[in-house]
Amino acid sequence: MADMRFSGVAKSYGRTEVLRDIDLEVADGEFVVLVGPSGCGKSTLLRMIAGLEPISAGEFTIGGRRMNDVAPRDRDIAMVFQSYALYPHMSVARNMGFPMEIARRPKTERVGPVGQAAETLGLTRLLDRLPKALSGGQRQRVAMGRALVREPKAFLFDEPLSNLDAALRVEMRLEIARLHQRLGTTTVYVTHDQVEAMTLADRIVVMNGGLIQQVGSPMDLYDRPANRFVAGFIGSPTMNLVAGTAEGGGLRLGDGTLWPAPPGTVELGIRPEHLSLAPTGVPGVRAELQVVERLGSDTNLFCEVPGVGPLLARVNGNVDLSPGAVIELAPEDGRLHAFDAGGGRL
Amino acid sequence: MTTHLPTPVPGSLRGRLSRGYVHLAVEPWLYLGPALALIGLVIIVPLGIGIGYSFREFSLLRPNDAEWVGLANYRDLWGDAKFWRSLNNTLVWTFASLFFQFFLGLGLALLLNTAFVGKKLVQALVFLPWAVPTFLIGLNFSWLFNPVIGPFPHWMFALGILDEPYNILGNPETALWGPILANVWYGVPFFAITLLAALSSIPGELYEAAEIDGASAWQKFTKITLPFLGPMIAITVMLRAIWIANFADLIYVMTGGGPANSTQILSSYIFTTAFRKLDFGHASAIAVALLILLMIYATLLLFVRSKLVRT
Amino acid sequence: MAAVGRRRPLLTAGKYLALAGYVTFALFPLYWLVKIAMTPERLIYSEGTRLWPSAATLDNFRAVLGSDFMIFFMNSVIVSLSTAAICAAIAGAGGYAFSRFQFRGKRLVAALLLLTQMFPLLMIIAPIYRIVASLGLLNTLTSLIVVYTAFNIPFATFLMQSFFDGIPKDLEEAAMIDGCTRAQALRKVILPLTLPGLGATLGFVFTAAWSEILFALMLVKSESTMTFPVGLLSFVSKFSVDWGQMMAAGVLALIPSCLFFAFIQRYLVQGLTSGAVKG
Ligand SMILES: Nc1ncnc2c1ncn2[C@@H]1O[C@H](COP(=O)(O)OP(=O)(O)O)[C@@H](O)[C@H]1O
Ligand SMILES: [Mg+2]
Repeated sequence: MADMRFSGVAKSYGRTEVLRDIDLEVADGEFVVLVGPSGCGKSTLLRMIAGLEPISAGEFTIGGRRMNDVAPRDRDIAMVFQSYALYPHMSVARNMGFPMEIARRPKTERVGPVGQAAETLGLTRLLDRLPKALSGGQRQRVAMGRALVREPKAFLFDEPLSNLDAALRVEMRLEIARLHQRLGTTTVYVTHDQVEAMTLADRIVVMNGGLIQQVGSPMDLYDRPANRFVAGFIGSPTMNLVAGTAEGGGLRLGDGTLWPAPPGTVELGIRPEHLSLAPTGVPGVRAELQVVERLGSDTNLFCEVPGVGPLLARVNGNVDLSPGAVIELAPEDGRLHAFDAGGGRL
Repeated sequence: MTTHLPTPVPGSLRGRLSRGYVHLAVEPWLYLGPALALIGLVIIVPLGIGIGYSFREFSLLRPNDAEWVGLANYRDLWGDAKFWRSLNNTLVWTFASLFFQFFLGLGLALLLNTAFVGKKLVQALVFLPWAVPTFLIGLNFSWLFNPVIGPFPHWMFALGILDEPYNILGNPETALWGPILANVWYGVPFFAITLLAALSSIPGELYEAAEIDGASAWQKFTKITLPFLGPMIAITVMLRAIWIANFADLIYVMTGGGPANSTQILSSYIFTTAFRKLDFGHASAIAVALLILLMIYATLLLFVRSKLVRT
Repeated sequence: MAAVGRRRPLLTAGKYLALAGYVTFALFPLYWLVKIAMTPERLIYSEGTRLWPSAATLDNFRAVLGSDFMIFFMNSVIVSLSTAAICAAIAGAGGYAFSRFQFRGKRLVAALLLLTQMFPLLMIIAPIYRIVASLGLLNTLTSLIVVYTAFNIPFATFLMQSFFDGIPKDLEEAAMIDGCTRAQALRKVILPLTLPGLGATLGFVFTAAWSEILFALMLVKSESTMTFPVGLLSFVSKFSVDWGQMMAAGVLALIPSCLFFAFIQRYLVQGLTSGAVKG
């Protein structure tokens, strides 16, 4: 069993605390993505799982066994580094077989698994090359191959796709998803890219400033962000946030419009795709259209609402509007997110 | 989410020394151990002992019990004309060597920073002096200055610098320039190499932008190259000055400090006093004096550095 | 800076002239050394200062190869190689600690090493002499090896650190996740990658030890343990008339340095910025 559990884990370097109050469970076979802005402590958390960073406080277990003091090599975990960390002086085959080499498995036994992994990843023709003779995408595959060959209890990925170009990134993302479906190995995956997080994860852990902000399935986070930070971080383009003053069962916006909101609301969020040009039952705001971005499938309307600020609406297909037009934008019913003064969800 | 569990004080014993990671605190010291032990035993301890020697009198007859004489060695030093002469020579030696090494090195670096055919070969050849053992440089230049087998005296005679082709190393007035020339020959590659590395670290776009803006070669040098390299140059030169001031090999090999101590610098004076006279007390007093001078200089250097780094 | 257009032939000519000047300046003293070494003895006094001798001979080299110089040469080889090997090993470990660990006192140790680079080592020649004498190690190669090793450690440590810094820490961590102990990670991953750096460090330390003379003068005085520089210098003061042989010996002293120089050319910058002892 490779379920993991953090209880009250913290990490500090000297006097700087980079992680605190980490309570998290990862079920066996689950694909968990750690996501958050750069510097929030994702890599640190992942490296604690790998055993590369000592844990300053709290307890970390794998399969119920306390791991705080277990060396990386005794954890039976494979990791794919952002830099790939391929051994430059070893051929692709030796790189992939290195874990078995260290485990003193005879050469003849290594050939099979290495060949199989190479087959899966389309590396068969490259087995004799040195890493420096590979393209970025191929290196990435070798790094994954090295992890696969070991058949570990869990995979760790630290931003594995961030050094690839956009097209390759999409392709590898799919490949990783497929691999996980096939192997069902527990996986913890770090990224700062919320698209990767949404597409890959069974569950997403959103982090900021060394704290876990919310844990949930991708649609949980999309539909019910626990706070302003998660609301802003998940979803693309980002959610519109408008401030106002609470007034009998609603929030009075700067232009006088009253949007429904629970008591205590100071800010309402509405995703661009949930703003509609047609009436929705909720009163709309009058917005001046400033920029129109046509993406083909969708159109982004960048607007300015006097007294409220900028609003972005995303509508399906094309619309026949040009900058300068004044339009009415109404939030779809039930799609407003209310936040209190502390930024928490109401 | 905002409730703080009591986390252990960062850096507390439990945090730092949790089992299995104990080695993290000890391990680096294990690796550094041999280096530190050797430096301690061969450099630091003798340094302490040497400072002790400067308060003692060593007699050649009874070398094993040196007598405690307090500040007598320092009083002797104060009245030692050779010491003051050496101090003066140290300044001349350091400044002259540094001046020529630096400017010749800068010229060479600027030349090597341009494109030309056979660059690799030229570079290897002009850097070659750096590889020659210093004692051999000393011997070789003393031979070059010897009128029997060396061309220098004859050239200088032909140029009218000397009124007859004699060995300038034998003349107290001119002898110091022999080692200085050898030192310049030896030291130009050092500056050329470091400056060339610095030059090539300046992004080429800057020069291209300046070119587009219509800057002349001289303007590019003064407006881009110099401001970029200035701080690094200043620090390198000041550090190098220390090294040259301490560098006694050439002088000892070429002149032994003579004739009549006219080429003695402080470090060669330490050596000849210890080596020829076995007067360890006096030698150590000179050494301490040199150390103090260097510490004053180092303080100055640190000050300059902090100024340069701030801007 | 190969800008389009505007070629100035005068400037180009000046540049090549200046380069030729530098090359001549660098090579002439060495040329002279070789020239005298190859001048037949009977011509030394008549042609000593001629730019190109009318006859050449290898007699002087033959004479030197059959003399005590071979002992000196071997002594120097032993001292320099041992110093380089021991120093590289010790400095390798130290450089690794500097490169891979954050620990209390790191800055202090680095400052200490830098200081030992800056202060005149001749300062401690008297105490070193007396310590070596009281240990009964005067006139031994061991004393030289120990002293040279210590003198070269600070610089070699910084140099090795710069090489380790060039190897991503990820590689070691990957190896440790792949099942290595730190020792295995070092042997299988880090060591093979740092071999060029180790070689360069060996080269720098070797040349420094090869050319050291003042401590050698102080510590070894017997003919059987003299290093090459000491032997050559005492030869000079004893037989200062046999120019050809002296210079032939000088040429021999040049050979190992030049070999190492060719080898470490690529690392000159790294060596100098680490504060090479032999500037
Ligand atoms: N060795 C270290 N010493 C001090 N601070 C560190 C160290 N490593 C990381 N940090 C800090 O810890 C925080 C989290 O880093 P990291 O986990 O790498 O962030 P990311 O989420 O981008 O992966 C950052 O603010 C970083 O500056
Ligand atoms: Mg990271």
